[in-house]
Amino acid sequence: MIRDITIGQYYPTDSVIHRLDPRVKLASTMLFLISLFLTESIVGYVFAGAALLAVIRISRIPFKYIVRGLKAVVILLFISVSFNLFLTPGEEIFRLGFLKVTREGLRTALYMAVRLIYLIIGSSLMTLTTTPNQLTDGLEKSLGFLNKVHVPVHEIAMMMSIALRFIPILIEETDKIMKAQMARGADFDTGNLMQRARAMVPILVPLFISAFRRAADLAQAMEARCYHGGAGRTKLKPLRYERRDYIAYLLVALYLVVMVVTRWL
Amino acid sequence: MSIKAEGLTYIYQAGTAMESYAVRDISFETKDGEFIGLIGHTGSGKSTLIQQLNGLIKPTSGKIYYNGEDIHSEGYDMKRLRQRVGLVFQYPEYQLFETDVLTDVKFGPKNMGMSDIEAEEAAKRALKLVGIGEDFYKRSPFELSGGQKRRAAIAGVLAMDPEVLILDEPAAGLDPLGKTEILETIARLHRERNNTIIMVSHSMEDVAEYADRIMVLDDGKLVYFDSPKEVFRHYEELEKMGLSAPQITYLMGDLKKRGLQVDDSVGTVAEACREILRLWKEKEEKSAE
Repeated sequence: MIRDITIGQYYPTDSVIHRLDPRVKLASTMLFLISLFLTESIVGYVFAGAALLAVIRISRIPFKYIVRGLKAVVILLFISVSFNLFLTPGEEIFRLGFLKVTREGLRTALYMAVRLIYLIIGSSLMTLTTTPNQLTDGLEKSLGFLNKVHVPVHEIAMMMSIALRFIPILIEETDKIMKAQMARGADFDTGNLMQRARAMVPILVPLFISAFRRAADLAQAMEARCYHGGAGRTKLKPLRYERRDYIAYLLVALYLVVMVVTRWL
Repeated sequence: MSIKAEGLTYIYQAGTAMESYAVRDISFETKDGEFIGLIGHTGSGKSTLIQQLNGLIKPTSGKIYYNGEDIHSEGYDMKRLRQRVGLVFQYPEYQLFETDVLTDVKFGPKNMGMSDIEAEEAAKRALKLVGIGEDFYKRSPFELSGGQKRRAAIAGVLAMDPEVLILDEPAAGLDPLGKTEILETIARLHRERNNTIIMVSHSMEDVAEYADRIMVLDDGKLVYFDSPKEVFRHYEELEKMGLSAPQITYLMGDLKKRGLQVDDSVGTVAEACREILRLWKEKEEKSAE
């Protein structure tokens, strides 16, 4: 049940996208997200969609798997689309009781939906092709300059990678505790809001206790291996740009230029 | 009170690159009041199999019958099934959550629709069965020792008065004393209440001691389902699956290889003892002749 959430998960296959330097993927994702707000034309969205599809094809991740990840945000999508649809002033097309739909509203709602879907697919494409460790490595390296202004980049990156590492563990743990309580007759699917909230207690208490226990264990294990922060720490696999990374940057730059041009189409 | 499985297959994350078979085409039937040991290497599908038996996960294909009824048929009462087929998870103490032991044990019976008084009686009976005294009733479950927590958690399932009790590695992670206590408690439950028990374990010694029949899983497949003696006869095959017969079986095997006429399929020290004594007597009788 909870295992179906694919956002933030890594999909292990071998592809050019998987092998790219995480910094390239981070930067590209950022630029892709920005590009979605640069364009206002249908041509732009079609082009962005085509680019996205191409990357999905190259990444060898089944399209179905990516779409499944969208399910988790359907509600969010629905709310933002309906707000835009009904609350944008302008030329009226038809009304449903006190709700009126305007031409402008329809347009913004549609654009909003497309943007959100692209946004989610784009960013989940990054996490699907990059392991959490690579991701934080990339972040640590690209934000390294902040060290000069005394931002503890390494510590933040470490915290992030631990947090990411713990997501699947805690999901699995939740799944196990839920099943254990279901075996004792717990019911999570029926009853009113209050009853359902109360039904969560037998999951949340053991989950918190186990999270604290795991955190304490991890801290101890790190100390036992003399972890003392980032100073003087070297890496087994230092990040280094290769030819494919430069090509990827070039392609992203080209993509951006096209997106900017479509603004005037 | 029988569980019957027909062609159970379970596939994790079907249709993705992570697709993997956890259980492949397993069929078996339990008998009334039987003590079954379920053995297999880590990742052999033991936990996936038992979670299917009380309907917590639905098999990808295959059917499960409880008392002849298909548990995934329309309108089958899952809650009732979970009361009758009690499942104790691995490290069950991690599911304790209430403010005191008694209330925690009452959770199951109350979910089954018992009144507060009934549930309390059921809880007290269960706690008595696992040997937790009255002075612990009002204590926080988190104050107990590891073995006590484990027993309190098992009581949480026993309080529902299940007909079949399934336990996933009930002795895992306990010290030798705690381990013996738990296993003895389970054996006593089996003797006193005569319910069917399925105990998952990866220790052949534990299983040999208590089980009437042993189920061996390897890579999701049911390899053997037979009496301990018959299963231990295959100790060389067991080794290939990353399992081993009890140490005493090896000793008897070695004795046989040295030309002594002993039965090399015994699994417990007590049996081996009888076997050696028998041989000794025969030898004495022969020399007396």
